Amino acid sequence: MSEVKIVEAPPGIEGSGFFATSMEKVVGLARSHSLWPLPFATSCCGIEFMATMGSHYDFARFGSERPSFSPRQADLLMVMGTIAKKMGPVLKQVYLQMAEPRWVIAVGACASSGGIFDTYSVMQGIDEIIPVDVYVPGCPPRPEAIIDGFNKIQELVKHESLRRRESQEYKELLGRYGIQ
Amino acid sequence: MGKISNQQVIQSLTLKFGDRISVPNEPFGLLTFETSVDHISEVLRSLKEDKELKFNYLTDITGIHFPEQELSMGVIYHLHSLSNNVRVRIKVFLDIKAPHIPTATSLWEGANWMERETFDFFGIIFDGHPNLLRILNVDDMTVFPMRREHPLEDPNRVDKKDYFFGR
Repeated sequence: MSEVKIVEAPPGIEGSGFFATSMEKVVGLARSHSLWPLPFATSCCGIEFMATMGSHYDFARFGSERPSFSPRQADLLMVMGTIAKKMGPVLKQVYLQMAEPRWVIAVGACASSGGIFDTYSVMQGIDEIIPVDVYVPGCPPRPEAIIDGFNKIQELVKHESLRRRESQEYKELLGRYGIQ
Repeated sequence: MGKISNQQVIQSLTLKFGDRISVPNEPFGLLTFETSVDHISEVLRSLKEDKELKFNYLTDITGIHFPEQELSMGVIYHLHSLSNNVRVRIKVFLDIKAPHIPTATSLWEGANWMERETFDFFGIIFDGHPNLLRILNVDDMTVFPMRREHPLEDPNRVDKKDYFFGR
């Protein structure tokens, strides 16, 4: 039997029979280890993601046991691959269907910047239509890079203020993309 | 080897159309000739319905843009005679100010999407087409991207600007 690893408790005050910390930290800890990703895979980065999901790299060990193929039950939108301009409204609708709090990771050069497809028909980075939290470089990135990007998302989730999604700043960010 | 040689097709074409088509030539072995917008329907129909030639298969319709030519928009038809194992390429050049050409959908149903694609990328209007809408590009696109005056690269791209590379 291998040793069962448990995440470290957030900083707090500990005594006999009690442990006090802030709600925010507990929620962040729980969320960051149970992110349900929605894979939006359109091309070769999606193939790398399949490897990431498989037994060798075992994406599930980060708490993403259940890839959500419905945006309504997903926390993390993983955009992997070239997004053509015609796909733009579809991607945006998927994002809009996700409930808050939601995070977005752009995997690979195409999703981040259009990549080699600098042409009239390809979206030059998905941040033209939806806000992105983490960009993973690579063409395509290796599974290690995808996992690294996912860990960055976990750090963001862990340290996000519970009130962030209500903040004026966040509303303005969404407003810039025409999202209410 | 084809059952009918290019020479036989040329002979038959000259006999049929005379000066309504240009003198055929054979770049890379592919029989090619030009005709005008007034004669293209008739040429296509008679090639398809000819008892000898039987050019019954429409391989492709596409467009081309040569800005330096007077008639700068081109429409190119590729026909294939399946039973005779021979192909032919027909070019028609149009004025970019009014790029109208009759549809081939009455001859081949398969011309429908090919003509929509040619309209989508080159803005060539196929008169009589049942549903001449954009097929591949986004519906709200305002330009015809394969025309030479339209830049191929997306203007929103910022990471390839010269100042990032000290130019």
